[in-house]
Amino acid sequence: MIAPPLPAAPFWRLTAAGAISFLALWSAVALSGITARAFMPAPWDVVARFGELLVRPFAGYVLHEHLLSSLQRFGMGFCLAVLVGIPLGLLMAWFKWVDRIVTPAFEAVRFVAPIAWVPFAALWFGTGIGGPVLIIFMGAFPPVLINTYRGAKQVDRKYIEASQMLGASAWRGMTEVLLPAAVPSIVAGLRISAGLGWQSLVGAELIVASSGVGYLMVKGQASVSTATVMCGMVAIGVVGLLIDVALRRVQASIERRRGI
Amino acid sequence: MAVIQFQHVDRVFHQNGKDFVALKGINLEVNDREFVAVVGPSGCGKTTCMRMAAGLEHPTGGHVKVDNEIVTRPGPDRAVVFQAFALFPWKTVWDNIEFGLRSLGVEAGERRRRIEQIIELMGLGGYEHTYPHQLSGGMQQRVAIARAYVLDPKVLLMDEPFGALDAQTRVVMQEELVRLARKNPRTVLFITHAVEEAVYLADRIVVMSRRPGTIREIIDVKTVREAEDWDQHKRIEDVMDLASFVHLRTHVWKLLREQQLGDQH
Repeated sequence: MIAPPLPAAPFWRLTAAGAISFLALWSAVALSGITARAFMPAPWDVVARFGELLVRPFAGYVLHEHLLSSLQRFGMGFCLAVLVGIPLGLLMAWFKWVDRIVTPAFEAVRFVAPIAWVPFAALWFGTGIGGPVLIIFMGAFPPVLINTYRGAKQVDRKYIEASQMLGASAWRGMTEVLLPAAVPSIVAGLRISAGLGWQSLVGAELIVASSGVGYLMVKGQASVSTATVMCGMVAIGVVGLLIDVALRRVQASIERRRGI
Repeated sequence: MAVIQFQHVDRVFHQNGKDFVALKGINLEVNDREFVAVVGPSGCGKTTCMRMAAGLEHPTGGHVKVDNEIVTRPGPDRAVVFQAFALFPWKTVWDNIEFGLRSLGVEAGERRRRIEQIIELMGLGGYEHTYPHQLSGGMQQRVAIARAYVLDPKVLLMDEPFGALDAQTRVVMQEELVRLARKNPRTVLFITHAVEEAVYLADRIVVMSRRPGTIREIIDVKTVREAEDWDQHKRIEDVMDLASFVHLRTHVWKLLREQQLGDQH
């Protein structure tokens, strides 16, 4: 038997209960004295540290400057992935020969985890902007390409036939038929790709950067400040969530307009 | 003059290592501004005929020519009205109608004039900026017909265009198409399995046999229609009451019935 859907209010209460239990457990562990407070700070210690990081520079910058620097790299890598992934996916769906050329190389490359590009990126770009951008591109690119390609391949044949009988060129076929038809699938891909990109970016900053949230965390580790490291983790989590919420909004509005 | 020509056309499908002969030895000529309906039992290959004229499929033997040129691929000179409408859901009514005109390179002012004209003619006024999913089936098919008609194509190919509509909408659309076809005649190849629809709309009816699809008989309706002046009647039911209509309908029915019986052996 399927349980009837819960009304909205108790649902929210459950979410709140989950968050509160988590914080309570954390506080209990921190206060229990099992480990030193320096290694296991309480939630309020982290909040206090957070406030400090916002006003006093650490590892060269204040927290929001680190975040901005991370977001900048993320933006560049993500945009690059979108600018390459969507057109390439459409070309592969429209022209079989492009598909044949690209697929084998792509299938092999996508099994190299974004983090596995770090040594290569370090060799090529040192701590310049290119390294993190390359790594986030490697994380964000596969989902964009795959979802664009699959979305375009699943377009109902009748729309392609209609565009052909109406004399559309390959360019118009791709931009006015495949692309809009694949938009729901593409946006779903963007969500996955933003998540993977954001994750790989911070990983990259641990190694090949001199600013950013990842860099802040490495410096926090070096000065044995667990609270600083945890502030970085919280910032990553919250920003990642915000990016996802924003894309989910876009997805919902597109689906609503399409009458899905 | 023949605009569409089927010359000894065969179509064989290969499936699971076996050959299915869908069409065999089709010879048919559709003349300029002539409305030809093709009727036949389902699976007789009538839709395949239409798709070959459109360039969406290719014969395995013989040729399909439009304006004396062998059809190799789809193009706006052979506009298709599909049974499933196939309107672009992400484009408005206006943009759907405009799509083909842009391919033809018609300049903006002329596009606007032609679209406004066809919207008026098809009774789509006020719906220019709505999306297909906001329209009823009948209205969607009007848009699909407008999208094809606006191109002023050499031939119009219609694949059971009213097959997905409810009975009342269907009648309205049939009357409208007759009005359109008499006022603004085009070369039309119209696929249907509805006998009355074919007799009401067509100048000639091609009756096909069961698979392998061959042409069983070609019936001249136009001569009868003009002699009996069907077009003085505005409503389809009045035409359908005429003795000459009933006679033709029964004749086509019998031909189709023979095909069904042939299948039961």
